[in-house]
Amino acid sequence: MSWSWLDWLREAVGQPQFTLLFAPAAKFLVAIFAIFLLIAYLVFAERRLLGFLQVRLGPNRVGPWGLLQPIADILKLLVKEDTIPNRAVRWAYLLAPCLVVAPALVIFSVVPFGPSPTAPGAPRWYVTDLNAALVFVVALASLGIYGIILGGWASNNKFSLLGGLRSAAQMVSYEVPQGLALVGPLMLAGSLSLVGIVEGQARLGLWFAVPQIVAFFVYFVAGVAETNRNPFDLPEAESELVAGFHTEYSGVRFALFFLGEYANMIVISAIAVTVFLGGWLRPFPSVEALAFLDLVPGVAWFFLKVFAFLFLFIWFRGTFPRFRFDQLMDLGWKWLIPLSLANVLVTGLVVVLVDRGP
Amino acid sequence: MELLIAHGATILFYLFAAVVVAGAVGVVALRNPMYGALCLLATFLGVAALFLLRHAEFVGVVQIFVYGGGVMVLFLFVIMLVNLHRLREVRMLASTAPLAAVVAVLLVGMLLWAVVALPGGGAAAGAAGTAALREVAGEELGNSEAVAWVLFRDHLVAFEVASLFLLVAMIGAVVLGRKR
Repeated sequence: MSWSWLDWLREAVGQPQFTLLFAPAAKFLVAIFAIFLLIAYLVFAERRLLGFLQVRLGPNRVGPWGLLQPIADILKLLVKEDTIPNRAVRWAYLLAPCLVVAPALVIFSVVPFGPSPTAPGAPRWYVTDLNAALVFVVALASLGIYGIILGGWASNNKFSLLGGLRSAAQMVSYEVPQGLALVGPLMLAGSLSLVGIVEGQARLGLWFAVPQIVAFFVYFVAGVAETNRNPFDLPEAESELVAGFHTEYSGVRFALFFLGEYANMIVISAIAVTVFLGGWLRPFPSVEALAFLDLVPGVAWFFLKVFAFLFLFIWFRGTFPRFRFDQLMDLGWKWLIPLSLANVLVTGLVVVLVDRGP
Repeated sequence: MELLIAHGATILFYLFAAVVVAGAVGVVALRNPMYGALCLLATFLGVAALFLLRHAEFVGVVQIFVYGGGVMVLFLFVIMLVNLHRLREVRMLASTAPLAAVVAVLLVGMLLWAVVALPGGGAAAGAAGTAALREVAGEELGNSEAVAWVLFRDHLVAFEVASLFLLVAMIGAVVLGRKR
């Protein structure tokens, strides 16, 4: 019995469809598990850093320096009771957390963690190089909102509903400047593919954060707002809305909402690094004197920059007070959208003039 | 297993086509507006998947972005804001029934015409079209470049007129909103 199974497997691996279909799937699974691990320790890092910022210790009891705390947290959340409110819309209530997590994870299938292979047979550090990857990322990021809306609506709780509504308004408003901010770098690179955008920065010899500093700023502010993090965490403002859209959730489903928020943080950071900070490129890629920095592999540069962004997210949380809702809407519609539109206009003009010039 | 690999695209096509049709039926049949909106979302996403299966990645992704991420979120927002749990029974006016029948017959006739009467049948024409798009001006182009080429070169006037219409609609909405 086991012998025929092995035979079948050997035959399947030999087929060309295998490399076409299953190899990317396996790669994607590995990436997702790495992200899960990253999220678990990101939560731990956040708690320790917040402790440091607020002059207290933070979790340091489980394991050496508290390093096993995430494992204990996960175990606790997995075995806790999963309550469903009496008059909740059952299927929507159960489905909503999955709808938050899934799109965020799918985005990692197009993120280039490292360079394309130069030697044949060398590993490729991305699952696929999609031609319209940038639009794909923005589109999938905009789908995550359904989980929040549906969860808030299905809980049959006024705080949940209000949290869901706020979140819908906030995410719709900030999607616009976020999308527009990505147009500038894309015009400079002349490509929608994320690999193409990083290669465009290598050609220019400059991270796009330098010529596109305005777009970079707008993207990151809108990104913080999209993930519902401080200082834009109005959908879950505990002083007004208890816990917002996930008030009724407990146990593993609450953990999924949590996972979705942190996965989205990593997505925003990864896209910001790829589009504005040169992805896997070293700092100042055109300066010859710094060539020794290439000894560090591209993947390490990528994750170093991502960690810097994640630290920024946590730093914001420890520093800024929450916005009021009208201030939030003002900032989005009256400042960020005009700013990003102007940036698109100026970038387009410069690109056309430089192309026509000598 | 061999069957799955050989006919994977066809199987996926029928799967997503079923989602699209079921979603469309649900939009019409379900009483709760929230369910109706979610069915419409399923239809939009199914159509996007069909685009992807035809190797129109850019159009498929834009379909998700615009209809899935934009339009439907606003629909849901309004439905939640007015908190409709159930639409009141609306009597269909007797006079609209014949009109609806005429429109339905015309629509079905048009679709059938598109499938049957177009040269080479719908599928073959589509395949030839994509192949032609792939290579413009002697250069191998990606999907988004092909879309841009058609949109901003071959149909520029129609594109600009459409954008003008949208602008007028937007200004109209602002004016109407201000009056209240």
